[in-house]
Amino acid sequence: MNFLESIRIAFRALAANKARSLLTMLGVIIGVAAVILLVGIGTGVQNEVTGSIEGLGSNLLFVLPGQYDAAGGGQPAPPSRRFTIDDAQYIERRVSGLDAVVPVIQGGATIKSGNRSMRVIVAAATEKGSDVFSANLIDGRHYRRSEVQAASRVVALGASVVKQLFPGQDPIGKSVTIQGQRFTVIGHYEAQGGGLGGDQDAQVYMPVTTAQRVLGVDDIGTIIVKVSDPEGIDRAKADILRVMRPRFGDEITVFSQEQTLGILSDLLGTLTYMLAGIAGISLLVGGIGIMNIMLVSVQERTREIGIRKAVGARTYDILSQFVIEAVALSVMGGVLGIAIGWGGAEALSASTPVPSEVTLWAVAMAFFFAFGVGVFFGVYPAYKASKLDPIVALRYE
Amino acid sequence: MSHASTATPRVVLETRDVTKTYFLEGIEVNALRGISLTVREGEMVSLMGPSGSGKSTLMHIVGLLDTPTKGQVILEGEDASTMSPNQLAELRNRYIGFVFQSFNLLPRTSAQANVELPLIYSGVSAGERTRRAKNALERVGLSDRLGHFSSQLSGGQQQRVAVARALVSNPSIVLADEPTGNLDSRSGIEVMAMLQELNAQGITVVVVTHDDRIARHSQRVVRILDGRIQSEEIVRDRIPAAAELRDLPAEEVAG
Ligand SMILES: Nc1ncnc2c1ncn2[C@@H]1O[C@H](COP(=O)(O)OP(=O)(O)OP(=O)(O)O)[C@@H](O)[C@H]1O
Ligand SMILES: [Mg+2]
Repeated sequence: MNFLESIRIAFRALAANKARSLLTMLGVIIGVAAVILLVGIGTGVQNEVTGSIEGLGSNLLFVLPGQYDAAGGGQPAPPSRRFTIDDAQYIERRVSGLDAVVPVIQGGATIKSGNRSMRVIVAAATEKGSDVFSANLIDGRHYRRSEVQAASRVVALGASVVKQLFPGQDPIGKSVTIQGQRFTVIGHYEAQGGGLGGDQDAQVYMPVTTAQRVLGVDDIGTIIVKVSDPEGIDRAKADILRVMRPRFGDEITVFSQEQTLGILSDLLGTLTYMLAGIAGISLLVGGIGIMNIMLVSVQERTREIGIRKAVGARTYDILSQFVIEAVALSVMGGVLGIAIGWGGAEALSASTPVPSEVTLWAVAMAFFFAFGVGVFFGVYPAYKASKLDPIVALRYE
Repeated sequence: MSHASTATPRVVLETRDVTKTYFLEGIEVNALRGISLTVREGEMVSLMGPSGSGKSTLMHIVGLLDTPTKGQVILEGEDASTMSPNQLAELRNRYIGFVFQSFNLLPRTSAQANVELPLIYSGVSAGERTRRAKNALERVGLSDRLGHFSSQLSGGQQQRVAVARALVSNPSIVLADEPTGNLDSRSGIEVMAMLQELNAQGITVVVVTHDDRIARHSQRVVRILDGRIQSEEIVRDRIPAAAELRDLPAEEVAG
């Protein structure tokens, strides 16, 4: 008997029991849809995060106080000394080939305007901050060098902040209160969407000197360095470490963009695999459902198997008939599941800020996994069927 | 017992001292106690005996559906005793057509598809299968029932589909176990007429029955008692089923 014939027989049997076939498929449909959807979200988040980091440019170095291990994991011992603005200026003077050396402070604060208020992240830097932050100005301007020197109370707002405090208004020239101090709004940024470390649109940008006063600190968090030539990034990293050694010893770490990206995408990749694994379990449960129904089906059709054997079906013919039936269930379930999961992912990214991206790779994986589930869980019932003694099967009632 | 004076037709089926013993809860049941039987090409033989005498057991064994506890079964010169289940399946497919008392058609499957079944397993192409199945159904007078499921056919019609299925692959022997057992007398005679017609065309037929009248449609009757061959005889006044049908009252319309 040829293969096509087996397929026809299998489909006829499935069509004879439509409701049961559909319910059996449901397990696989849900499993595959879950795999596609969750892996889609995982991939979407991963791409957005790495994209937003890459958006900063490939020639950035992040200088942090304290000792991090090479992989970036683990909590560092608290640094005995933190950076100051002077440390940034020192690097700028002593290391060549750098476009910008930007001292950065980030911290939480409350912003108010009239009776509206909001929790925001203050992102403070020097006038070169616009070189290293990825947000794009829609209107107004960035703070100037003179304003950094004078610690002026000027602020540029992220898109969500504008939406919250000045809905439908032009915020430029308006005044706001941050931690009780009055600021003048000089610019605002276009929306970027959610990203690493929360909503970047909920940030406000101000001079680093102003931020020190508002937040009541005299040190800074990190120093971001922009290297002129991406090729020179390793040299710049070595130079910075060398220059800072007299001040910090080993308690200083320089991450390149690439390293940060690597760490993050490893982390998010692991997360995606975990999601796939969890969804995979439901696919497995679907497979067990197929096996269950196939066992029932073999039992019910014992006499049919006997008849087929009596007229000349060999072991292989019966085996392939039932395996194909199981695989047809799982593959049809898989295809439907892919369609539903894909549609769900598209709908999700269209209607919510959750990014999702269904890759061909994920679709292929889900398909072959569903196929494998059918084979794996179909073989045992099919084997049982194929081993039936013809006379026992014919006598079965 | 049957010694032909002219050239003897070749042997299609032979059993040599076949025994079958079942063990049921520790009790030995000797269903067959040494059966040696020879069936020659073109013969129509009845196996007769009371209930429980071992007729079905013997038929399953010569039909290669079951294996003997001891002894040999030789079909078309091939010794089946040492064959694997798959080899037996191929022999059944090639040489044997079955007609069972309970029809044994596939449920929810059309008459035509049922008849095509043996051809599927011998690898006949779809077009050729259709042609041969239609032809076989025509021979049993069911050309107008090709698409009917077994549940939409009368018992007599179902048995005729089974006869069509048995003859579609041009077997060398048709084995029928109580083919008329579930049928009214007219349908029974119709089935016997078909088996006789097949036999007239050269196919060897073995009919199992406990009904003396059915047995007398054959050329030879082998009587079985308690798992042994008790006697064999040539049927002198063989009943021609076709003529029998003509003599039946006309109001009983068949089909
Ligand atoms: N699978 C089995 N297990 C145990 N005993 C069996 C089995 N099949 C048949 N037998 C026994 O073997 C003997 C012969 O049975 P068989 O079915 O061959 O009789 P039969 O001549 O066909 O009878 P009937 O005319 O009633 O169909 C019986 O005593 C029966 O109980
Ligand atoms: Mg019987």
